[in-house]
Amino acid sequence: MKKTGLILLLVIISSNAFSQGIFGGKVTGNFQMDLQMSKEDTVIGAEKVNEKALMNAFTNILYTNGDFSAGMRFEAYLNPILGFDKQYKGAGFAYRFASYKKDFLEITAGNFYEQFGSGLVFRSYEERNLGLDNAMDGLKVVARPINGLTIKGVIGKQRYYWEDVWASDDFGLIRGIDAEFTLNSLIKSIENSPLQVNFGGSFVSVYQKAENRFIIDPVSGDSYKINTPENIGSGAARVQMSYKAFNLNAEYAKKGQDPNAVNGYIFREGQAALISAGYAAKGLGINVSAKRIDNMSSKSKRNETGNMLNVNYLPALTRQHAYSLFAMYPYATQVNGEVGIQADIIYKIKKGSMLGGKYGTDLKLNYSRTMSIENESLAPNPAGNYEGTDGYSSSFFKVGDELYFEEINLEVSKKLSSDYKLSFMYSYQTFNPIAIGHPGEEFVYANVFAADLTQKLSKKNSLRYELQLLLTEQDYGEWAAGDWIQGTVEYNLGGKFFAAVSDQWNYGNAHGEKVHYYNLSVGYTHGTSRVQISYGKQREGIMCIGGVCRMVPASNGLFATITSSF
Amino acid sequence: MKKLILTLVALVFSFGILSAQDNQPKSELPSITVKTLEGKSIKASEFSNEGKPYVICFWATWCKPCMMELNAMAEQYEDWQEETGIKIYAVSIDDARTCPKVKPLVSGSDWPYEVILDQNSELKRALGVNNPPHTFIINEKGEIVWQHIGYAPGDEENLIEVFRKVIKGEELK
Repeated sequence: MKKTGLILLLVIISSNAFSQGIFGGKVTGNFQMDLQMSKEDTVIGAEKVNEKALMNAFTNILYTNGDFSAGMRFEAYLNPILGFDKQYKGAGFAYRFASYKKDFLEITAGNFYEQFGSGLVFRSYEERNLGLDNAMDGLKVVARPINGLTIKGVIGKQRYYWEDVWASDDFGLIRGIDAEFTLNSLIKSIENSPLQVNFGGSFVSVYQKAENRFIIDPVSGDSYKINTPENIGSGAARVQMSYKAFNLNAEYAKKGQDPNAVNGYIFREGQAALISAGYAAKGLGINVSAKRIDNMSSKSKRNETGNMLNVNYLPALTRQHAYSLFAMYPYATQVNGEVGIQADIIYKIKKGSMLGGKYGTDLKLNYSRTMSIENESLAPNPAGNYEGTDGYSSSFFKVGDELYFEEINLEVSKKLSSDYKLSFMYSYQTFNPIAIGHPGEEFVYANVFAADLTQKLSKKNSLRYELQLLLTEQDYGEWAAGDWIQGTVEYNLGGKFFAAVSDQWNYGNAHGEKVHYYNLSVGYTHGTSRVQISYGKQREGIMCIGGVCRMVPASNGLFATITSSF
Repeated sequence: MKKLILTLVALVFSFGILSAQDNQPKSELPSITVKTLEGKSIKASEFSNEGKPYVICFWATWCKPCMMELNAMAEQYEDWQEETGIKIYAVSIDDARTCPKVKPLVSGSDWPYEVILDQNSELKRALGVNNPPHTFIINEKGEIVWQHIGYAPGDEENLIEVFRKVIKGEELK
């Protein structure tokens, strides 16, 4: 009742504010609705959908008045669109908060998102297109007592679909604290020094009641009890430095014993290191990153696998692709262990030079490689597995011998004349199916090409032509087989209207049908509202954002999206 | 615990309304803390262009239309600035995965913008941004007077036309 009353109050206040503006405050928000109608298509594997239409929708309403803000989000999944977990089915207020800043304190009660450092020990965030939301429900305090020092404290539980997480002891309680120092703001005399230094540290603890787990010796029938720890602590330290054109970022994190379903209930401690160094000058940017992850999955529920209840965030060190055929074989972070490097070089060939031409030419080179960590198994338990043991040993500076993913990308973009822009992209990818949880399968080696031409017809009319080609000898069979070609033509009118037609053709499929995945879409944008309707076939595949992936099942039919901001 | 939180929410909320009455906000932008490329903290409510209107663009390194928009604006930026004194805050929503690419991309592309990092999308959420690119024009009073989502070639012409009107204080349709 109290909840309903509060929500009602918020709704009334917000709706009032539309017409009159309340106490000088400002109401903002957004809305999105996805509607899907898919029919059975056995050739592409689109399953029969019992409901006529599937729908995901949400709306955020936020009220801000100077140092005060409050907001909420209503979500409805009736029923969730294909690829979203069925447990999302339902509707309600999934997120509500109020926040106030007074002097040097900022207090948020209710739901919140937050990140410590790069997120190796704590990150609460949402990735709506993946159906991922690990919003905290609790209390957050941020203090900035002096210029250059920020202290954050959080306590709460994470969202799990529509579950009342406070009603169950199964959902762990997260407590965390983080401090960050901006040296050049703390010390006045070096404020404008070319050397800028920030450092910080965080500590996070997850509390979950112990559970009784037993290992049974299959021969003697003896059982051994595993004492699962109730408090799992993790800590991280980080530094960020820049000196003139150079910059360096590093973070190291360590996690205490955390036997869980993801690591097979081993007691080995976890660790993660992330380092990146860069050089940036006018027309040239270079960045090299490296990371090592060892047994670092951290969830607020011991027996949870999948994308929910992640306490931390372990980014994938690979390029995030925008072209669909380039993203056919994506990489997902291996939270139990991986070591990887990535390098980026971005260079602008000056205009007026021989290669640069009248407008200059942009070059982007990217390379990434991820390997397993060195791993020596320890003695197994009496049941023959590693549950309850330390699992394995691994040397920090040694790399394992299994390749997980490797990719090289080259992108060249050039404005040809005042009306034409051309970009060309090439990628060579080595994909180990272990990246999506299929160990021991044949690697896929793919050459992928894209050419993208934009033609300005008049001041506000334009056409875009895109051609992509994926060549591979392997017939992976899961969602892709052999060679693919894709063509797209898109027409834009004054940023208001667009129409596109595309076809993705699996012409190199040696065993199955050579399917055409055609798609027609039209869209209309007015200010901050946009409607887009597409009709066609969607191939089964994997969609990844930030190294976290979800399966997108095949579908055949209509998909409409409406978005709006206010 | 849940009840406690709800009570707190209600308390904080009523407190906010009461205390906000006598205290007119300077900028409509929320006082959410974001970072500069050097790692310094800055509040969105402190964004400014010496009392003149300015532009905020939300973007990400993996967003193709964002690249097109920022490149197209960069080509004309010098002329625009001379004429209107425009300033553009380019707010990157790249997270820990792609954030290290922001600085090399900005300098490699020779972009003249004030680049801001919003690594956990807090400002994005506060301004009701669904997907990048999303562009705002803020007038000299700190009010959001115009917004646009998406990018199609030629949109930059529209942006500068509206910006000229905002500078002259003309009514926007």
